[in-house]
Amino acid sequence: MFELLGISPQALTSQLLIGLINGSFYALLSLGLAVIFGLLNVINFTHGALYMLGAMFTWIGLTQLGSWIGMPELEVPYLLALVLVPLIVGVMSIVIEKTMLKRLYHLDHLYGLLLTFGLALVIEGLFRHWFGALGNSYPVPDMFRGGMRVAELFIPWYRLWVVGVALLLCFATWYFIERTKLGSLLRAGTENPRLLQALGVNVPLIITLTYGAGCALAAFAGVLAAPIYQVTATMGSELIIVVFAVVVIGGMGSIAGSIITGLSLGVIEGLTKVFYPQASSVSIFVIMIIVLLLKPAGLFGKVR
Amino acid sequence: MKKSLLAQMIGAAFMMSAGAASAQFTDDSVRIGVLTDMSGIYSAVEGPGALLAAQMAVEDFGGKVLGKEIIITSADTQSKADLSGSQAREMIDRDKVDVLMGNVSTSSALAAMEVADQRKKIAFVTGAASLPITNERCNPYTVHYVYDTYALAHGTASAVVAGGKKSWFFVTADYAFGHTLQRDASSVVNANGGKVLGSVAHPIKTTDFASYLAQAQSSGAEVIALANAGGDTIGSVKQAAELGIMGSKQTVVPLLMFTSDIRALGLRETQGMNFTVGWYWDFSDANRDFSKRFMTRFKNVAPTSVQAGVYSATMNYLKAVQATKTDDSDKVMAYLKATPIDDGLFKGVIRADGKFEHDMYLLQVKSPKESKNRNDIATVARVLPAAEGSLPLADSKCYLVTGKKPS
Repeated sequence: MFELLGISPQALTSQLLIGLINGSFYALLSLGLAVIFGLLNVINFTHGALYMLGAMFTWIGLTQLGSWIGMPELEVPYLLALVLVPLIVGVMSIVIEKTMLKRLYHLDHLYGLLLTFGLALVIEGLFRHWFGALGNSYPVPDMFRGGMRVAELFIPWYRLWVVGVALLLCFATWYFIERTKLGSLLRAGTENPRLLQALGVNVPLIITLTYGAGCALAAFAGVLAAPIYQVTATMGSELIIVVFAVVVIGGMGSIAGSIITGLSLGVIEGLTKVFYPQASSVSIFVIMIIVLLLKPAGLFGKVR
Repeated sequence: MKKSLLAQMIGAAFMMSAGAASAQFTDDSVRIGVLTDMSGIYSAVEGPGALLAAQMAVEDFGGKVLGKEIIITSADTQSKADLSGSQAREMIDRDKVDVLMGNVSTSSALAAMEVADQRKKIAFVTGAASLPITNERCNPYTVHYVYDTYALAHGTASAVVAGGKKSWFFVTADYAFGHTLQRDASSVVNANGGKVLGSVAHPIKTTDFASYLAQAQSSGAEVIALANAGGDTIGSVKQAAELGIMGSKQTVVPLLMFTSDIRALGLRETQGMNFTVGWYWDFSDANRDFSKRFMTRFKNVAPTSVQAGVYSATMNYLKAVQATKTDDSDKVMAYLKATPIDDGLFKGVIRADGKFEHDMYLLQVKSPKESKNRNDIATVARVLPAAEGSLPLADSKCYLVTGKKPS
């Protein structure tokens, strides 16, 4: 059978692994979108820009920050960035929510979408102006250099780390929302915010924090992406379209759905790159069309 | 009534004589339109640096040609063909531009060239690479100034094969430019006794190259050649380093790369890599002098080959205008094609098909230790003689050469 496909089983395994790595980026990003849409009803188009900010801040921390503040030796190491950058971006997005997004909740979805889309363009434009269109290269951290051989292919430790940590974070987020007390409050807030507020829960605070956390997830993915991809101002907008397709396929607002579809679409896309590479950029959208025709609410979505 | 008729006739006579004296120049000035990607993916290759280069050329020329003012306008194509076409039209029709400079991606260059051809205006293509610009799609008003895919393929591929690396695998951008480059490079590889083991085509603007690079890796080819450009090349080189291909027995060879790309990637992951350019800032004293002046006005970034090309093209266009005493495209173009160029930066001739034939340079990227500063990124490994980097006119499909105008 493998002869028929023109690929050895080992090569196929490693290609599947590569697909899984991309899938974990899709999963992390679409998870953030799903959380925000599920609880806030906001289609957060700034997500790609925040992912870019995650990568950009990581690079700035390593190479630029020191000379800016007059301490040229200062370098923010990778692991520290992995903790700090999502926090910074989370706080930034809370400011966005408090000052802008909050005013739009009583209006149609479309207004939130337009606001976040506009913000994304502004952020992207500023960073392109400041740091150029070609972007910059962030080295793979020394502790993750090297890798292992699977058949004739080389899988870097860093990519394995990305898959591991992304899966862990996805599971943790799902567990938090679906299985803990606080998570149940979040879900109750989406069902009936007024009733929840009457019970003494500070619903606006929950909403703000959720938005911040969802955006921090995007920044986290950005930090993970920095050593793999060139850090450019447009890296987010290139990915976000695919991620939106993933969210639509998984079902808007479904958390488990976005994780599972993110990973499996990464794998499917990876396989297209082997068997029919020319179609790899459209494969996800073809699947989206098919899913929307057969199941308009998405694979895991509930019809509202 | 009679008097006024007489007055009108006298007036008309004056106007005609005045017209005859200045008929050589449309709207009493020479207008240069820098049409380039100011903010998109190729803005670092050409972009604002090209506008500066054109301005420097005009300043060095003295700001005026035969007493007529030289005016520069610019527009941003974002490397999009539709924008490039419409802006070329606006520049020529509304701003009365006499010559277009720039055009950094093939599709936008072809769009602008077509507009310029219809209106009989000269277009200097400095940034775009495809051979068809002066081959299948040539026209009498285009000069392809800095380099083309033929030169890239011959410069890089023949050097690498001569270095003993015979088996090749291509990672190719899936559009006209990528396939042209792959085709040209493959024929060089085959002609020099090498062998192409396979290729994979990826869509333009791909983010993740791991899958393609893995296919290239498992092909066992000694050379993984990248027939792509811009962000795609940067992404593939970066991930090739990450996937451990750099420093293995396989070599990554980018067929189209600019010094600005190397700056963006850093030397750690690109050291030892070969690529071909039409000009390098640190090659000669004249180049260094120009670059030094450029850098003081451009955030200390050395000019790319394309930006130097814009300077040289602007300079030589103005010289041609001065010599022919007109901004009439046909006369200026005839002069340009008849007069060899040697301005210190570029030396060669503009052929009948519009290709500016000059030496090309095979560069080798320095190691981080060898490099003295961010601009000091490569050494010139070999100078490729002009004839070697140009499609022989005997093989040309350009109607200006064959004499068969396409219907």
